[in-house]
Amino acid sequence: MASEEEQNPLVPEIPELVVGLLAFGIVFWLFYAKLVPSINKVLDERREAIEGGIEKADEAQAEAQRVLEEYRAQLADARHEAARLRQEAQEQGAALIAEMRAEGQRQKEAIIEAGHTQLEADRKQAAQALRQDVGRLATDLAGRIVGESLEDHARQSRIIDRFLGELEERAEEGVRR
Amino acid sequence: MSADQMLAFETDCHIFDGCGFPSPGLSSFLFKPMFEVGGFEFNKPMLLALLSTLVVCGFFWAAFAKPKVVPGKLQMVGEAGYDFVRRGIVYETIGKKEGEKYVPFIVSMFFFIWIMNIWSVVPLAQFPVPSLIAFPAGLAGVVWLTWMSINFKRHGFVGGIKNLCYMPGLPKAIYPLLIPIEFLSNVLVRPFTHAVRLFANMFAGHLLLLIFTIASWYLLNGIGIAYAGVSFVMVVVMTMFELFIQALQAYVFVLLACTYIEGALHADH
Repeated sequence: MASEEEQNPLVPEIPELVVGLLAFGIVFWLFYAKLVPSINKVLDERREAIEGGIEKADEAQAEAQRVLEEYRAQLADARHEAARLRQEAQEQGAALIAEMRAEGQRQKEAIIEAGHTQLEADRKQAAQALRQDVGRLATDLAGRIVGESLEDHARQSRIIDRFLGELEERAEEGVRR
Repeated sequence: MSADQMLAFETDCHIFDGCGFPSPGLSSFLFKPMFEVGGFEFNKPMLLALLSTLVVCGFFWAAFAKPKVVPGKLQMVGEAGYDFVRRGIVYETIGKKEGEKYVPFIVSMFFFIWIMNIWSVVPLAQFPVPSLIAFPAGLAGVVWLTWMSINFKRHGFVGGIKNLCYMPGLPKAIYPLLIPIEFLSNVLVRPFTHAVRLFANMFAGHLLLLIFTIASWYLLNGIGIAYAGVSFVMVVVMTMFELFIQALQAYVFVLLACTYIEGALHADH
């Protein structure tokens, strides 16, 4: 630029215009071709990463909720089962006790029955033995008292039996009374 | 070559020495060529423009070339700048869906202009490149071509012309007046004001800084030293102010570019 010329600050100098456009052209081209796509890619990635993180957190929460529901359901089932088992055990226990009680009752009755039978047999045997002994003793005694006069054995037996029958009747009357 | 060589004043001239204030002027925006290649004169603003390219490309290459999902410090800073332009300017004016296509254009333009402006306060550089009309004019021309081609591609020839100079819903009598004005305003004045807005801000800012810087030096004699101090304080204040204006004007330039593109995309604005 020649400084002698009349200078007008509003008239652009062509070489400066060219250099200015070139300088801007380089900057624009670099931004357009490389820098803006590169940084936009990363910005998108970052946004996705953040949004993905939120999504993952949501997923995890849903999963946790689901597991909790499942767990609660299982717990309820387990409680139910336990209650059922307890009930069953109670029923079984009651049945067992009832059964054992019945068995005990039955055994007791059997023992008592056996005792009664034994007693009856013993009593009969004792009564039999007693009757023979008493008869013999009374005969001996009577024989001794009356002497030798009572040889008639048959008559003697009848008298004794009658006597004993009277005795028994009296005893039974005493018992009844 | 340093800047003061180019300034048209004697460096040993002070007040009370009998020499007048070497006020800055249009000559402050003239540069002797650093070298010449076949009639092409390469000067300092061109060097600064190319350095701007280097700085913007270098920074964003370092920040964005191998981006990571979890960003490092440099990438974080780069992303903050990128997001500011993308969301704060492009999405706000053009919208997310249609604006995405123009993000590289607007982002690169914003940072390129900003760095070119910032040279104004960088020691040794100390010259805002857009204070030479050629640089903002070139960029405004690119923007003009962009939105004009969008306009005609989107609406066809007749629709495009209509979009340039017709506003619906006005009294019929006003159209003979309005249509030529709208056409002139949109097609011819718009790129001019677009370029000049940036140029004039940087031009005036540079002059302000020059005046106070030169004055600080010029007043450095006798009682003038006290005034030189005041002037130097003004240099510091104006430097900070310029830092703000540089960012603001880069922002305004790309915001207007977005507004023009949006206007071309949608009829009946």
